[in-house]
Amino acid sequence: MHVYAYLVSGYLILAGSYGIVRSRHLVHAVVCLSVAQAGTYVLLISIGYQHGGATAPVFGSTTKPNTHAVDPVVQAMTLTDIVVSATVSALLLALAIQINKRQGTADPDELATLRG
Amino acid sequence: MTVLIAIALTVVALAGTAVVVAEPPERQAVSLSVFGTALVVLFVILQAPDVALSELGVGTAIIPLMVMLTIRTMRKDRDERERNAGQEEE
Amino acid sequence: MTRLTRLLVFALGGGVVAVAFILAASGMPHFGTTHHLYRDLSVPASVQHHTANVVSAVNFDQRAVDTLGEESILIASVIGAAALLRPSEDETERLVPEQGRTLEATRLVGYVMLPVTLVLGIDVVAHGGTTPGGGFQGGVVLATGLHLLYVGGSYSALDRLRPVTSFEIADGAGAAAFALLGLLGLVSTGAFLGNFLPYGVLGQILSTGTVQVLSGIVGVEVVGGMVVLLSSFFEQELAVRPRDDD
Repeated sequence: MHVYAYLVSGYLILAGSYGIVRSRHLVHAVVCLSVAQAGTYVLLISIGYQHGGATAPVFGSTTKPNTHAVDPVVQAMTLTDIVVSATVSALLLALAIQINKRQGTADPDELATLRG
Repeated sequence: MTVLIAIALTVVALAGTAVVVAEPPERQAVSLSVFGTALVVLFVILQAPDVALSELGVGTAIIPLMVMLTIRTMRKDRDERERNAGQEEE
Repeated sequence: MTRLTRLLVFALGGGVVAVAFILAASGMPHFGTTHHLYRDLSVPASVQHHTANVVSAVNFDQRAVDTLGEESILIASVIGAAALLRPSEDETERLVPEQGRTLEATRLVGYVMLPVTLVLGIDVVAHGGTTPGGGFQGGVVLATGLHLLYVGGSYSALDRLRPVTSFEIADGAGAAAFALLGLLGLVSTGAFLGNFLPYGVLGQILSTGTVQVLSGIVGVEVVGGMVVLLSSFFEQELAVRPRDDD
């Protein structure tokens, strides 16, 4: 099962997209977007993993600096991504609040088309 | 591939399914917290403590809080609207 | 487009993506491979700059330009969400009434954990270069810890101890300071965001040059951004009401 981690991440991305497509509430769609983003985090971290006792890429008095560590570059990409995705989800939720206030509904199917 | 990693990956996949399938958004806030915790455990097992710290704060606390506040605001706005519509009819 | 049509289109697209993904995954290096080119290059570079936490070194030293972009996204989203959630012309803000009762146990836990969490957050930010942590994580911990005041107390308590203007200023100042430090690096070392402060002994808190300073700056910015964001949501739910037509 050398590809199980990648398959799980692909499943999360597709499940999140499916949730967005079938959603009946704008907030539900934003949360499913969160799940799809989590799929990409799992993919990135799995790419960087190494079997055989590789340590985290943080050195100290017990772990002397050596290259028997997991990949730090993908971890750096992922951790900024997580914090930024929180603020982007907040922006989408703020949009959902205003849409609900102006249109009276939060169901994507019932939203009227954009008016000039 | 150790058994621990496989179990953690499976738990993450199941939690993600639970988040997507839970249709009322109120229920999703709690399952999102559980999903975030499962992700944190997976990241720690995969030797990524920095990422786990990030996900812990964001996925288990801040995002569910914002989702719940959004749902409450929508409900309050809808009640306001219905109350105003009722008053106009009288 | 009806729901059924949307589902069929998604099934088609999703099927193609799934097949392509499986083919790609089976062609990738196996999960747990020992061949990591970036790791072999970035770990020695980080040790050369005396940074014990290689992930922080990648974020604030080797690829600091990416972090500048990410924190710009952060401040832009915070500005957008705050602009969307401010009261419009036909709305006004009211004073939030004291409502509900919190359990005594919740109140105790909230008040005990509040100083602990704040100190922990500052520690995570300060030790960003040497232990797992850094500006992003510590900023999130600090922002969440501050809101324990709401969980354990009331919203008016949180409102008193959280001057939103200060946090807005902190957010903007953090973003500006990051770019400013980058320009200083450009002036002293010839590379934007170059590491120009002196190095120390590996593993000590002041050993990493600009990584420590940039991490602290990003921590300030993330705290400001998250608190402003959450305060907009709280205000919208608790305080904003339609203006009564007189």
